[in-house]
Amino acid sequence: MIPFDYRRAEDTDGAVATVAGNPRAAFLGGGTNLVDHMKLGVAEPELLVDVTRLPLDRVDRLPGGGLRIGAAVRNSDLAADHDVRERYPVLSQALLAGASGQLRNLATTGGNLLQRTRCVYFQDVTTPCNKREPGQGCSALEGYSRYHAVLGASRHCVAVHPSDMAVALTALDAGVRVQGPDGERTVAVADLHRLPGEHPEWDTVLNHGELITAVELPELPMAARSRYRKVRDRASYAFALVSVAAALDLSGGTIRDVRIALGGVAHKPWRATLAEAALRGAPPAADEFRAAAEAELADAQPLRDNGFKVPMARNTLVSVLSELAGEELR
Amino acid sequence: MEAEITLTVDGARRTLAVDTRVTLLDALRERLGVTSPKKGCGHGQCGACTVLLDGRRATTCLALAVAHDGARITTSAGLAGTDELHPLHQAFLDHDGFQCGYCTPGQICSAAGVLDEAERGWPSAVTANITDITDTAGAPALDAGEIRERMSGNLCRCGAYPNIVAAVAAVAEGRSR
Ligand SMILES: Cc1cc2nc3c(=O)[nH]c(=O)nc-3n(C[C@H](O)[C@H](O)[C@H](O)COP(=O)(O)OP(=O)(O)OC[C@H]3O[C@@H](n4cnc5c(N)ncnc54)[C@H](O)[C@@H]3O)c2cc1C
Ligand code: SF4
Ligand code: FES
Ligand code: FES
Repeated sequence: MIPFDYRRAEDTDGAVATVAGNPRAAFLGGGTNLVDHMKLGVAEPELLVDVTRLPLDRVDRLPGGGLRIGAAVRNSDLAADHDVRERYPVLSQALLAGASGQLRNLATTGGNLLQRTRCVYFQDVTTPCNKREPGQGCSALEGYSRYHAVLGASRHCVAVHPSDMAVALTALDAGVRVQGPDGERTVAVADLHRLPGEHPEWDTVLNHGELITAVELPELPMAARSRYRKVRDRASYAFALVSVAAALDLSGGTIRDVRIALGGVAHKPWRATLAEAALRGAPPAADEFRAAAEAELADAQPLRDNGFKVPMARNTLVSVLSELAGEELR
Repeated sequence: MEAEITLTVDGARRTLAVDTRVTLLDALRERLGVTSPKKGCGHGQCGACTVLLDGRRATTCLALAVAHDGARITTSAGLAGTDELHPLHQAFLDHDGFQCGYCTPGQICSAAGVLDEAERGWPSAVTANITDITDTAGAPALDAGEIRERMSGNLCRCGAYPNIVAAVAAVAEGRSR
């Protein structure tokens, strides 16, 4: 690790000004990803601005019925929050499926969203990686690709975003409140992370120095019937091979509305808009679910080691929707 | 860059100057001689470095010491008074919950966190109905499945898992009675 300065942020304006004014500065949340990267030599900030003691540690009800989650709220507290459990269970389940109890007590909402890929080559500074060093090439293209993308990748990068929480937030149409040197803005979680394209070094649309202050969940009654399912190489404490976040609104034998996001398949949480469109107005039947999943995955381009992800994503989606529909399908 | 920090470790207030690069784990082990928490991986992956940080279980190998100035830390060695065993210590002995013992202090602190979280009604990834928030008194029950899931952040290279689960279950049962 290279030497660095540490400062505890006194207020959001100061934190933003400090980081925005120094290209080698970074915000520090729980440190569970950033400090790991500093140990590995993947990140080399010269100044850390700790934002965990800013007054961003509350989950508040919004006037319109939604929730505002402060960026410094710990993953464990958010998962246990009664409003989240009752009204957005998919979010609790996604958080609880991630990392471990002792890591969730440290990890923050902002840091979780901005955690970086677990691609082994990205984390190993001795191997070429376009995300770490643009222009070096991508070691995963011809290398070990079990955990990599099947949708929306480019020849420059085939990494996936590892956050479970972000997949649930994408399905829930959450917005991210961001404060930069020029003021505040809201970015839809679905638009926060980028596809790699020619610039895999940019994970998100945020500019350097922009601070996540909160995540806002819209009022969404259908989310009371929602679910997160994560498929992985061991039963617990492992990143997703594939995951599904979904919410279903049934009325009178048809699907009135549905929200679906997939994890583990792309450089960003993958909002399954094609599957959603296919399902709105359709009956909640297994063959409809399967057709919708297949429509979503039609353009999938598996790599050497991850062809299994396509049927796995399809089957997981069918299973989750079937459970939500509360029917004995199959 | 150096910074002066104060930590209360197992009841004792300790002030020290640390380089900003020093993790909480290294501050405890290398600077304060508190060797109860262990370094297994240094990357958040094994749980051997778990302590109670301001009352909550936390890994210490990815936490910067400077970021935790003022923290109250309880290690497995400080969980009970000196010369006393915490019920979890006793249960690990009774159920043979370890072999080499390297992961054990982390397991014990994590288990203490698990018991506390369950008492506060926190669900886990295997809790059946997480939308049911009515029952916060002592629920959810810590059966073997719950314990395995909640303890999954603590690896044991000796594979003492079945006995660790039995030890934690014994203490959980004693508490709910
Ligand atoms: C062993 C292990 C297993 C894991 N398993 C999973 C898993 O299964 N699923 C999963 O989803 N995650 C998993 N994680 C990742 C974990 O969820 C993240 O490390 C954590 O959420 C990051 O949060 P943090 O507060 O510690 O972020 P930090 O490490 O502090 O920061 C991460 C990034 O976010 C930036 N940042 C932090 N806060 C803000 C803010 N408010 N505004 C702008 N930028 C900010 C930092 O500058 C940094 O770039 C695992 C981690 C480990 C170590
Ligand atoms: S997939 Fe992306 S992160 Fe992984 S080696 Fe290729 S460029 Fe790097
Ligand atoms: S040493 Fe901290 S988790 Fe392994
Ligand atoms: S007892 Fe040896 S690692 Fe667990």
